[in-house]
Amino acid sequence: MKHSTIEKNSILLLVLTLIVVAIGGIVEIMPTFLINSTVEDVDGVRPYSPLELAGRNIYVREGCYTCHSQMIRSLRSEVERYGPYSLAAESKYDRPFQWGSKRTGPDLARVGGKYSNEWHALHMTNPRAVVTESIMPGYAFLATTPLNFERINEDLKTLAMLGDPYNEDMIANAVQDVIVQADPDEDYDDMLERYPGAVVGNFDNKPGVSELDALIAYLQMLGTLVDFSATDSTVYTQ
Amino acid sequence: MSASKEATSGTFGPMTLVVGAVFIASALLSIFVAARTHDAVMGFHMALFTTFFVLGAFWLGKRHFDALEQPSEPTAQDGIQYMDGPIRVATIAALFWGIAGFLVGCIIAFQLAFPVLNLDLPWTSFGRLRPLHTSAVVFAFGGNALIATSLYVVQRTCKTRLAGDIAPWFLVWGYQLFIVLAATGYLLGVTQSKEYAEPEWYVDLWLTIVWVTYLAVFLFTLMKRREPHIYVANWFYLAFIVTIAMLHLVNNASLPVSWFEPKSYSAYSGVQDALIQWWYGHNAVGFFLTAGFLGMMYYFVPKRAERPVYSYRLSIIHFWAIIFLYIWAGPHHLHYTALPDWAQTLGMTFSIMLWMPSWGGMINGLMTLSGAWDKLRTDPVIRMLVVSVAFYGMSTFEGPVMSIKAVNSLSHYTDWTIGHVHSGALGWVGFVSFGAIYCLVPWLWKRKELYSLQLVNWHFWIATIGIVFYITAMWVSGIMQGLMWRAYNDLGFLDYSFVESVEAMHPYYIIRACGGVLFLIGALIMVYNVYRTIKGDVRSSEKLDPAPAGPGQLMAAE
Repeated sequence: MKHSTIEKNSILLLVLTLIVVAIGGIVEIMPTFLINSTVEDVDGVRPYSPLELAGRNIYVREGCYTCHSQMIRSLRSEVERYGPYSLAAESKYDRPFQWGSKRTGPDLARVGGKYSNEWHALHMTNPRAVVTESIMPGYAFLATTPLNFERINEDLKTLAMLGDPYNEDMIANAVQDVIVQADPDEDYDDMLERYPGAVVGNFDNKPGVSELDALIAYLQMLGTLVDFSATDSTVYTQ
Repeated sequence: MSASKEATSGTFGPMTLVVGAVFIASALLSIFVAARTHDAVMGFHMALFTTFFVLGAFWLGKRHFDALEQPSEPTAQDGIQYMDGPIRVATIAALFWGIAGFLVGCIIAFQLAFPVLNLDLPWTSFGRLRPLHTSAVVFAFGGNALIATSLYVVQRTCKTRLAGDIAPWFLVWGYQLFIVLAATGYLLGVTQSKEYAEPEWYVDLWLTIVWVTYLAVFLFTLMKRREPHIYVANWFYLAFIVTIAMLHLVNNASLPVSWFEPKSYSAYSGVQDALIQWWYGHNAVGFFLTAGFLGMMYYFVPKRAERPVYSYRLSIIHFWAIIFLYIWAGPHHLHYTALPDWAQTLGMTFSIMLWMPSWGGMINGLMTLSGAWDKLRTDPVIRMLVVSVAFYGMSTFEGPVMSIKAVNSLSHYTDWTIGHVHSGALGWVGFVSFGAIYCLVPWLWKRKELYSLQLVNWHFWIATIGIVFYITAMWVSGIMQGLMWRAYNDLGFLDYSFVESVEAMHPYYIIRACGGVLFLIGALIMVYNVYRTIKGDVRSSEKLDPAPAGPGQLMAAE
């Protein structure tokens, strides 16, 4: 076929263009859905607790990904700085993924448990109060904004429709689970059974559930679900 | 179809009534959603939708009565009634959003140097302003420049009026509504936080409608062309429009929590979401910021230089090669991550191969000046276009280098990426758009020439110095960051804490911000120049100067 045939037929040009641009995407993307080893099953990975999910939605809302990555690459210097490299399974309930593309601030994939709740509360309110050289914006308004969670069960329902393993029990108790995770005086045993490893605490040290409570609950569980103590941490230092 | 439409343009045809009815129904639907939603931002956005549709319905009516009094539009010398109204709107919109986007860029650049500028308010923090900056420059400035030039080029190279009567107007104003919805959404905290695809589901749906209109207008104009061949610029524009439609639809697949809430969750999660996002993200670069602007280059460079395109055969080869190869390159954004290795390697391989067709485009653009190189000296608009192609060549060399895994292990997550993007965005996309708009404004407003070529010269030099400041600062800071993060001391421990690398960036962030300010000043000079050109002024000291591209101006103004 001569090229002038294509140049004289706009529909042919359109169809051929579509075919040509579709190939690469199909070959690269389809297998990641079809090959099971793309996301290997790992013990400990679970969907987010309702409070963590609300915190994650604040992380998404504020565009934290513009400065923080959540993806430790399999490089020696990264593993030593941040901890074991990130596994695909660890972000399998992330909608959307927040791996990021820029580290104006440090990676957060394993920030959970590294700092105390008090540190986080102080840092979010005024980053330079705890890290003098920091260039992070202050997020003092999070502590004074009550968390909107009366309809968080709708979010769990939506995620369940997309295939995340939220069961009826989890959806029915979602609102209550937010309250108990942010208040150590409440009875949170059932919540912990549903979401093993969730961090319970009055994160902002104030009564009520604020947006700051949710965000810190999210940050404190990041990268903590998988137990890496059994793996050989010297793999990348050889 | 086209002939009858041209004759009845602007009067109450059946089409006007149908569109009017759809507008009124859409206004009612927006009011309904606004009444049902619990979310203040969505309520505000629905009010914007309602305003848009009500104004649209009024406009249809007004147009009808205006058309009865003043039936026809002027006919060009070649006997064709070109439709330039929507193009004028998009041209001015490109400049308006350009200034807004550059300004926000400068603000966030200074925020990184002086964090107090974040003001610690939700609406002014870096995390919300940064997507505003990227969307404003890529989609608002770049998008309007593409819409304006593509609608102009397709009419002139097909020797026919735009297809549709209401559709081109709907496209242009609908696109502005999309920009306003996206931008206000980010500031008020409505975002998907998928890089370069931040707008939420209902804004995505709106863009889909607008974009399908764009495709229809462009394709139907091509189909009723009076030239046997489709000109090469239109291949690139068509590939850009149709591929962006595919990328947008696939990447933004999501499920809203409710029809009355802005929040949605992505249909994909984790590693698949990452791969699809960068398939989208990299091809937003490949098709929005490359293919579309190559279409621009293929019309405005030959036109301004008054030379034919250097090689027809090269344009065929590099067109098919570039659209085929670009799609594969996305995974180079995910090197050493949890994405399977085979996908990373594929992405790297295709990225390196992409160097060749990219330079094919550069060579075709630069060599078009064969025999007209002296114009670089006399015509600052040509200088801007040529330097844009040179920047294109530079950043499409740098890109493949950075996609090599060993290089990427250093460059990823650092400012080097930011510098790379800006040599492409400021140098290539910015300058080729400026050059095209400098050509377009006198043609669209039927002016003999620009108000001042001297001011174009000032714009060119100030902006060029700004870009040099910008990209050199980012090379230094990026490579320094990368090296500090992997530096070890004699005892085998990491040498620097993270925050030491943050501290080391401070001087470079100031230099970068100053570079951005220079680029903004250049653009403000352009806005003044364009304003005076549209007013019909010619700078008195330049009136008698016959040297710069006199005949080109006359020919182009046909």
